[in-house]
Amino acid sequence: MKKICLIALALILCVVPFSMAKTPKDTLVMASRLDDLITLDPAEIFEFAGAEYAANTYDRLINYDVDEVSKIYGGIAESWTISDDGLTFLFKIRKGVTFASGNKLTADDVVFSLQRVVILDKSPAFILTQFGFAPENIKQTIVKVDDHTVKMVINKPYAPTFFLYCLTSTLGSIVDKADVLAHEQNGDLGYGWLKTSYAGSGPFKFKAWKPSESLILDRNDHYWGDKPKLKRVFIRHITESSTQRLLLVKGDIDIARNLQPVDIKGLAGNKNIVIRKKAKGAVWYLGLNQKNKYLKIPQVRQALKYLIDYKGIEGTILSGKGTIHQAFLPKGFLGALDENPFSLNVAKAKALLKEAGLEKGFTVTMDTRNSEPTTSMAVAIQGTFAQAGIKLEIIPGENKQTLTKYRARKHDIYIGRWGPDYMDPHTNADTFARNPDNSDNAKAKPLAWRNAWAIPEMTKKADAAVLEKDAAKRAQMYLELQREHQQISPFVIMFQDIEVVAERANVKGFILGPSFDSNFYQFVTK
Amino acid sequence: MAPLSRFKKTSAKTLKLFLMVAVTFLGLLLITFLIGRVVPIDPVLAVVGDKASQEVYDRARIAMGLDLPLWKQFFIYLGSVLRGNFGTSVLTAKPVLEDILRVFPATMELAFFATLFGIFVGIPLGVISAVKRGGFLDHISRVVGLLGYSLPIFWLALLALMIFYAKLDWLPGPGRIDIFYEGIVSPVTGFLLVDSVLAGEWEIFRNAFYHLIMPATLLGYFSMAYISRMTRSFMIEQLRQEYILTARVKGVAEWKVIWGHAFGNCAIPLITVVALSFGSLLEGSVLTETIFAWPGLGLYLTNSLLNADMNAVLGSTIVVGSIFLGVNIFSDFLYKVFDPRAR
Repeated sequence: MKKICLIALALILCVVPFSMAKTPKDTLVMASRLDDLITLDPAEIFEFAGAEYAANTYDRLINYDVDEVSKIYGGIAESWTISDDGLTFLFKIRKGVTFASGNKLTADDVVFSLQRVVILDKSPAFILTQFGFAPENIKQTIVKVDDHTVKMVINKPYAPTFFLYCLTSTLGSIVDKADVLAHEQNGDLGYGWLKTSYAGSGPFKFKAWKPSESLILDRNDHYWGDKPKLKRVFIRHITESSTQRLLLVKGDIDIARNLQPVDIKGLAGNKNIVIRKKAKGAVWYLGLNQKNKYLKIPQVRQALKYLIDYKGIEGTILSGKGTIHQAFLPKGFLGALDENPFSLNVAKAKALLKEAGLEKGFTVTMDTRNSEPTTSMAVAIQGTFAQAGIKLEIIPGENKQTLTKYRARKHDIYIGRWGPDYMDPHTNADTFARNPDNSDNAKAKPLAWRNAWAIPEMTKKADAAVLEKDAAKRAQMYLELQREHQQISPFVIMFQDIEVVAERANVKGFILGPSFDSNFYQFVTK
Repeated sequence: MAPLSRFKKTSAKTLKLFLMVAVTFLGLLLITFLIGRVVPIDPVLAVVGDKASQEVYDRARIAMGLDLPLWKQFFIYLGSVLRGNFGTSVLTAKPVLEDILRVFPATMELAFFATLFGIFVGIPLGVISAVKRGGFLDHISRVVGLLGYSLPIFWLALLALMIFYAKLDWLPGPGRIDIFYEGIVSPVTGFLLVDSVLAGEWEIFRNAFYHLIMPATLLGYFSMAYISRMTRSFMIEQLRQEYILTARVKGVAEWKVIWGHAFGNCAIPLITVVALSFGSLLEGSVLTETIFAWPGLGLYLTNSLLNADMNAVLGSTIVVGSIFLGVNIFSDFLYKVFDPRAR
């Protein structure tokens, strides 16, 4: 009995109001999803959370303007020159840059960082190796000229911006050679260490990472540019949208990054909260497998494009988190096509199906990852397909599960989201409009391959576009490519992603870029 | 009984126990391993991502040993587990053992306090409703129990957050601790409550405790519902027995009849009930952990499973399995202590 009384007493004590502490003035507290943060090594990072981490803790050779992507400016490279044949790039390395470790940044670090990407050959390495860099030739193709000059030689006279944009991606981050090599084990170029550690020169430096729990960045007092006002950025892994919203309203976090439409709507009218939006590069699409006997009929592909209620999904399901976009290049990219010829038109779709001899309709399946907004989109599509007699069976699955099936070309229809790997148009042309080898054991397996779409002619056009040096001409080539692609391809491209963040009204200066590797905390004040 | 034969009997028993544990573990590992290989998720994907080139993909596949026949893969894994190596998690880039040591204490703290709540509220509630069958409290406890079984925990958790955190401000929000205190106490045991006391940081102890109250109570509510219903039926069974009548006739005080005689006999089966409900809390708290952003084992296990991070899944399974087995052996042992018939 005594024990019970004690416990009761303890419980009563607990009800004494808990004094709430708000976020510290010099610390930015953010709720985000960190479950895709699986490595801290810029040579390996290829996911959203990782790209954002590297963008704030490392310096890259070159950057692009977040509001006008076509403007490229120097980062660690102050300036550069390109030889007349378009093959040799000379980069002048900025003086006076210091790593967080205190080491000086020189051409050695730049050469080492890029060579390291090629030698380690992790997932994102193709962004560099597509220029002919390989472990065998890397000592000749990326070389130090003097302490502040680096020379790089690529294998084809590509459009120069293609190479430059590739260097703006995460793998263009410069690592501290001395520090990394000090942690090398069995010739791994410090990979085992840097996976969970840090060797950069960015405005913030890495402090601590607890996987799927939290990530802490501290101000880098050695930073060469404008030093952040914040002392610390604290990112907390919170998956639940409603939890993020509660914390934000209470002021226990400054920024919520992953709110669902229902919670965004719920915050409207709250004076303490500001909602901001920025179009991101990812596009939502349906992939129609050309191994399916119905889907390979051109009229069927065309009909399906008329059987989606684009407006309805944009308004009710995405409600602010996406905008209608029907070409493979997202808005903001060079040569992006801003024409949306398709809308829900059941009569037209029926006519097309009749032309294909399928006026009675048919049955297909769609592999759908069971998370929002994918599920709701799938259900909406199921409804509109049914209006033309097409029975769509939704096969729900976890993300990795549906992806495994998709990569093996065993789907009928796959509903997915594709984000560009770098800011040059070739990134999406390469995957949506190129398929050099459609055989089952092809070397390259772009999205066109995954949907078994054999396109030798279009592949040639895409290859020509990436070699065009004149930007205006090049843009024109992509516009034409997209127009053709839009009509005939087995891709029903539907929407472009919009990132929505909710901030406390006192938070200013969080830069949202068109990609996760251009979301910057450097100028945040609160 | 001669000392020698007693020794023989004991060692035979120990051997039997040991064999049972070994077989259980082997079975557990084999089944988990097979499930991990049969699920239609490509484990290489979790390592290299969707966009890796074919060469990178193939290299990773070979490095992970996935090109070998299934039985070979299993024996290689078994061998390294026996040497104490659980492998590296592909999601966290850290050794699985290190991950588990980090996430497990968070879950233990939660499960421990939840079970305490379940015991100290559930048992009295069960006893009282058995004694005053059909009474007001009995009806209340039935409703509470029914809700405990049927309400989805995430809904209840959100509701509790809305009321006690957002509206009333009585309790802190999600997370194990306020960010002010994050990283101040260096982990010794991983249990925040213990570590903060060891470091003499009472303010942190208080903060961590406040953070525990809501998730632990909610989680405990469900075991409370189970424990109180079980207690009630055990008690009703005992109160019908003749020795109760005898005790009452003898003039023993009523509270002593209830708590001393009847409850004393219920305590034995209740040990199993409590042990089982504790065990199920260890992996069954995924939803609570999600809503409260509680970095525990349930969340870790689920996340690993959905990414086919098999080292992490197998490692966590072994831990949960060991605890289940340990709790079972312990409750068997308690049986022997409390119940002469089981000796």
